[in-house]
Amino acid sequence: MSTTAELLKGAAELFPDEVVTQAHVRHLDLPFGAGRFALITLDNGFDHTKPTTFGPQSLANLDTALDQVEKEAADGEIVGVGITGKPFIFAVGADLKGVELLKEHKDALAIGKGGHEVFKRLSKLAVPTFAYYNGAAMGGGVEVGLHCTYRTVSKALPAFSLPEVFLGLVPGWGGCTLLPNLIGADKAVQVIIENSLNQNKQLKGRQVFELGIADALFEGADFLEQSLLWTAQVLKGDIEVERPVIDRGEAWDQAVAKGRFIADGKVHGAAPAAYRALDIIAAAKNGDLQQGYDAEDQALADLIMGGELRAGIYAFNLVQKRGKRPAGAPDKSLARPVTKVGVVGAGLMASQLALLFLRRLEVPVVLTDIDQERVDKGVGYVHAEIDKLLGKGRINQDKANRLKALVTGVLDKAEGFADADFVIEAVFEEIGVKQQVFAEVEAVAPAHAIFATNTSSLSVTEMASKLKHPERVVGFHFFNPVAVLPLLEIVRGEKTDDASLATAFAVAKKLKKTAVLVKDAPAFVVNRILTRFMGEIQNVIDEGTPVEVAEKAVEPLGLPMSPLVLLELVGPAIGLHVSETLHGAFPDRFKVSPNLKAVVEAGKRGFYVYDSGKPELDPEVAALLKQGDVVLTEEQVRARVLDAVAQEIGLMLDEGVVAEAQDIDLCLITGAGWPFHLGGITPYLDREGVSERVNGKKFLAPGVASVPA
Amino acid sequence: MPRTVRDVVFVDGVRTPFGKAGPKGIYHETRADDLVVKAIRELLRRNPGLDPKKIDEVAIAATTQIGDQGLTLGRTAGILAGLPQSVPGYSIDRMCAGALTAVTTTAGSIAFGAYDAVIAGGVEHMGRHPMGEGVDPNPRFVSEKLVDESALFMGMTAENLHDRYPQITKLRADEYAVRSQEKAAKAYANGKIQQDLVPISVRRTNPEGGETGWGLVTADEPMRPGTTLENLANLKTPFRVHGRVTAGNAAGLNDGATASIIASEDFARENGLPVKMRLVSYAFAGVEPEVMGYGPIPATEKALAKAGLSISDIGLFEINEAFAVQVLAFLDHYGIADDDARVNQYGGAIAFGHPLASSGVRLMTQLARQFEEQPHVRYGLTTMCVGFGMGATVIWENPHFDGGNK
Repeated sequence: MSTTAELLKGAAELFPDEVVTQAHVRHLDLPFGAGRFALITLDNGFDHTKPTTFGPQSLANLDTALDQVEKEAADGEIVGVGITGKPFIFAVGADLKGVELLKEHKDALAIGKGGHEVFKRLSKLAVPTFAYYNGAAMGGGVEVGLHCTYRTVSKALPAFSLPEVFLGLVPGWGGCTLLPNLIGADKAVQVIIENSLNQNKQLKGRQVFELGIADALFEGADFLEQSLLWTAQVLKGDIEVERPVIDRGEAWDQAVAKGRFIADGKVHGAAPAAYRALDIIAAAKNGDLQQGYDAEDQALADLIMGGELRAGIYAFNLVQKRGKRPAGAPDKSLARPVTKVGVVGAGLMASQLALLFLRRLEVPVVLTDIDQERVDKGVGYVHAEIDKLLGKGRINQDKANRLKALVTGVLDKAEGFADADFVIEAVFEEIGVKQQVFAEVEAVAPAHAIFATNTSSLSVTEMASKLKHPERVVGFHFFNPVAVLPLLEIVRGEKTDDASLATAFAVAKKLKKTAVLVKDAPAFVVNRILTRFMGEIQNVIDEGTPVEVAEKAVEPLGLPMSPLVLLELVGPAIGLHVSETLHGAFPDRFKVSPNLKAVVEAGKRGFYVYDSGKPELDPEVAALLKQGDVVLTEEQVRARVLDAVAQEIGLMLDEGVVAEAQDIDLCLITGAGWPFHLGGITPYLDREGVSERVNGKKFLAPGVASVPA
Repeated sequence: MPRTVRDVVFVDGVRTPFGKAGPKGIYHETRADDLVVKAIRELLRRNPGLDPKKIDEVAIAATTQIGDQGLTLGRTAGILAGLPQSVPGYSIDRMCAGALTAVTTTAGSIAFGAYDAVIAGGVEHMGRHPMGEGVDPNPRFVSEKLVDESALFMGMTAENLHDRYPQITKLRADEYAVRSQEKAAKAYANGKIQQDLVPISVRRTNPEGGETGWGLVTADEPMRPGTTLENLANLKTPFRVHGRVTAGNAAGLNDGATASIIASEDFARENGLPVKMRLVSYAFAGVEPEVMGYGPIPATEKALAKAGLSISDIGLFEINEAFAVQVLAFLDHYGIADDDARVNQYGGAIAFGHPLASSGVRLMTQLARQFEEQPHVRYGLTTMCVGFGMGATVIWENPHFDGGNK
């Protein structure tokens, strides 16, 4: 047994539940009499809904297939070797379940080395090798092809990426080393760093070809046939593959610098993966592949044993799995059909909601408001947005006509809502107003209609309390911008019944939102945690810590923006309002900052001015601030803020605001854009020791978002 | 308004390699529609002069029009092949003469002036759609003795044909079959067949059929080169005890697809398309269903009469070899020797296979190649027998005809 085989055998024993990919070797006669050819098909035996992955046994199978073709190539029995995938899938990379199981650095190292040892063989056969990217290719799937002499790609390929950095890894089976050597550092940085950090952006087949990753592009209908014809012509010398010479000079360094700039902009140095990948790309400039592979092995092993990757995989699974099967949602068969939607209010938020319902549900949507002018403005906004979609080619004229015909505005609720199945309100955030609105709607809407409220901080139970049928009311809390942030907090009031809740979840799914079930507690999940977090920042500023120290204190978390920039985005007035609500509920933990109040009263929209291009404290705001004399260091501020967040989450879980810490993290990722490397936040609080310090225990069991014991 | 009948030409034809139906066959895991789609795409690649927007019709034949052969295959295949949405399509069924009928029906429309250029072809995946799948014959056929009970079983109709012509013995049928295999092997060796084959990628997940994974099919699977009389002598006669029809002297159960471009001659010339054959006449005829193999004889009589030709004018024959006996009945009728060099020069369906509704265009593609090679021949004929007692014949003129100066 070769050392590679031994390495993989050891790894396979650690991962008995691997979905094993077979590497079938089949021989064929190439067209044009080009000779006998061995084609390897990667196939895990399932259909496209279970994409092909590489675990250790899968790698061992490919290794065995390569034993066979290596001998055939050496013996002159074949003229080339190809590798392709099952229908619709090429291969989507390493099996993350196997990565999660790894406990020791040496085992992690073995995975990296094992992959390299197997894939590398494709570049060392006595005959040329060809990868045919027939379908989805990611991570190790992309990399196995990079080791081949030539590549073709299907125009029908829907998704191609090196998503490792997105998760917290590096493309470590040759990606960091081979890709820049194939297409140049600039394009490699685009694929490995930029796309990955841009919410794991996928390339389509044509882009794969245009980037120079593939040498030929063929249509999906007869992709493999044309690839094999092309192969025959390449082997016969009828087609000469030309690739542009890559710039190994200053452009290489500039590309790496650009990559660092992008990484800084996204993770602010807080997660190591992008920087490790850039180090390897930088080193790949000298073209020494083995040196690059060794660096990849080390980076992979280090990252696999680090908390950021574990948090990243955890976060990925939350979004992909828990986000699609919300914990605690009632049986979906209880959901009632929604064939018409009413929207109370025609302001900006209401109009955005109308547009969303319209586009996703494609049912009549009726806006109402207190005067015709507002109603017209709301409908006008929706029409204008539809025209924008039409202009961008996102919808065609027929669809635009259909959508425009579906949206109407009326003053008379009785006329608008008499046959509505689902009515959502987005009126002024004041309990009396909302109760009044729902009472009016109840008087005219059908008995089965669901009433949803987009309140961010009021009690759903209280809002429903004056109705004849309070069981029909649910909280339906969107996050701004509605079209961008996936989270929808679905709030169950005390009397909300299962049918209403099931309908709310069914609607959320159609809206393509990530729904999380939340108890009717003050400010629900995201706003409560963000307000506690911001409140603690505000507190230390009020007590005397300089603004810039407070801001810098949380930089190591790598949040999408600093606390005060976030406050500016939310709007200081809204931030103040939520903090007042929470102060009302939990006065000992949520203070109302006098400085924030002063800023709001002064009509300031934020703390910063951007005259120099960078945020600088607005002198007018600075003049308003009245600070104490307690000056904390960044470390002290960070500890206070994190302790506060850990305490609040602990209390929320005790109160049963959500089912588990996982839901908190899912909310923070999808509603506040908190990063994968934090896993939302609880994996970070656990690994930094904050949870134990504050609550005496970790939020998550060992091995969940962490290296298993 | 005045109308002029226009000359119709066969521009080009291709086919997939033919496979053996069944779990071990090369196409067992390949869809029927994909086969015909790939044939259409190859045809378009080979004829870049044909602007896809100018295709007026896609007529695709299949005998069993359900599943992957259903859904108005001509239309769906056009979309799947990447033709513009403006190109219409439809499906055709005349059992074994499906593709042939796709050609003649669209040709009639071209002559009339309704179309300029069309795709005509056929497909039959007999592995996925065995003969008789889902049929529901009207009970009156039996109760009123409208047809003999054997009419639905093609092998039995072939035995019936042996009964009608006692001089066509099993030995003659076997000798004919051996020659068909020999001629096909020779045609392959000379590269006559491969040039019109579309390579097809095929997937196999069941190891019983051989190596698993993706492969590429570049040759007909049913061929049995080197077949001898001895090999054939003792084969079973599945349709009748002590019968004469065997798997050796009949075409098998097969999977495959064909496609051709048919156009008005003016259109072909204007667009720089090849003109491989010129349509002279065509005819279909009915016979007693229980001797359906007799069908080519009256069909050919009709076609010849319409063309004002006699059998002696025909220099090349492409006769579909559903059964050797049916070819021999035709040859006997016209007094042509069993081994006449004009007949099935490249061998026939006994060697290549006969995926029912696709075969007509295979005959044409082969005749077109023979016309090219033999400019001294002016007329050729493609003919086939059709289930439920029919025959179909198309007479073609060789555009390369040099006046007969051999």
